[in-house]
Amino acid sequence: MSDYAFFLGCITPNRYPGIEIASKKVMAEFGINLLDMKGASCCPAPGVFGSFDLATWLALASRNLVIAEEMNVDIATTCNGCYATLQEANHLLKHDPKLRQRVNETLAKIGKQYKGTIAVKHIIELLSDEIKFENVEKKVKRPLKDVKVAVHYGCHFLKPSETRMHGSAERPTVLDDLVRSLGAESIDYRDKAMCCGAGGGVRSASLEVALDMAAEKLDGMIEAGADCLVTPCAFCHLQFDRGQVELNEKTGKKYQLPVVFITQLAGLALGMNAKELGFFDNSISTESLLKKIP
Amino acid sequence: MKKQTIQKLDKDFVNDVIDLGSKIFPKEDMNTLRACLQCGTCTGSCPSGRRTAWRIRQIFLKTLNGLREEALSSEDLWNCTTCYTCQERCPRKVKSTDIVRVLRNLAVKEGRMRPEHVKVCEIFFKHGHAVPVNDDVKAIRKRLGLSELPPTVHMYPDAMKEVLVIVDEKGFRALVDRKGS
Repeated sequence: MSDYAFFLGCITPNRYPGIEIASKKVMAEFGINLLDMKGASCCPAPGVFGSFDLATWLALASRNLVIAEEMNVDIATTCNGCYATLQEANHLLKHDPKLRQRVNETLAKIGKQYKGTIAVKHIIELLSDEIKFENVEKKVKRPLKDVKVAVHYGCHFLKPSETRMHGSAERPTVLDDLVRSLGAESIDYRDKAMCCGAGGGVRSASLEVALDMAAEKLDGMIEAGADCLVTPCAFCHLQFDRGQVELNEKTGKKYQLPVVFITQLAGLALGMNAKELGFFDNSISTESLLKKIP
Repeated sequence: MKKQTIQKLDKDFVNDVIDLGSKIFPKEDMNTLRACLQCGTCTGSCPSGRRTAWRIRQIFLKTLNGLREEALSSEDLWNCTTCYTCQERCPRKVKSTDIVRVLRNLAVKEGRMRPEHVKVCEIFFKHGHAVPVNDDVKAIRKRLGLSELPPTVHMYPDAMKEVLVIVDEKGFRALVDRKGS
């Protein structure tokens, strides 16, 4: 058994709790406990609050890091934004003693201190490095045969690659490999590595720009014959799920590509019940996908 | 047609950007801005630039040449999704996306914050989440066997107080309260 501090962020618990429960269930299947981080706040979002005031962004991120330090366990995240903020903040603070001192002067006001004792991980890393895909494959009870998956990596899991250290950001394979280990086919589509369009405060301030980017990605996936879109990021998940509803309202098109979080897809392949994994709590129906799985 | 005028040049602008960024990022990373050769790999890689007037190469040219007003008043500065594709591909290793965040920080300091972003901050000051829970999601959480409120600041009011202590210590609420332009 191993324990991780489950950093929920905003979108996972407050919009797509299916991501939260599916992640807990799948991790438990492999002996990993995702523990509550009591009193954690918004990470805060790297391209939003980081764009407004980096000093505030870093101080608030460090408070979240300290919650896990006090639990003495590494952090696991289900959103690329949360991962970006916490991983980057941890990286900056570990490498710059003067910065750490300044942040600790702020944290002292709430009786906390950043020590630099933990690591920040993405849920994909738990699956790829700790559990390992061959062990995932062994536990598959319901192989997702004939299911064509369009994986969307999102940006901040991989980039900036110098800080994230997950290898190539141009031709990543980890998510494709994971999908294959579940028995599904991971398809190629145009602009596979492109951004969903939501980050950097663009979704909140320029929804039409954000949706135009989402549409370009969705069109590529649909042209390539995808049965569903799979993401490892709660914010990309929201952008594509809610975004299709918004696109349908604004453009009169009929986007209906099911959007599935990676641990929801894994849970399904492991034999778990779709309803209990939150498959019916999206804005866009997942029925067309579920019908393909015996 | 609006008359085009050349703005006053501010030679300190690039130094201001590098100095502000260096309060968080390593100084050598911020100094990479000076290495920009205007090759345009960044703009050529930019998914936002395909559909908006956002030109990251141009904003760096303006920054290097002291066009403070033009650089910081551009609404397009807010069309970067921070996808980092430009930063990954820059042949001069300019930390372009990080520098965009610093330029936006300067814009905010000068009172140029989008009203939608002011709203996001106000939601955060109230809830500690940029996207707080609502009644529909509470019901879904319950049905999925989760606690109705997540174990975050939503469940722990004292934790929310800590968040606001930090926000005020950094002067962030005062910064946002200026409401932007």
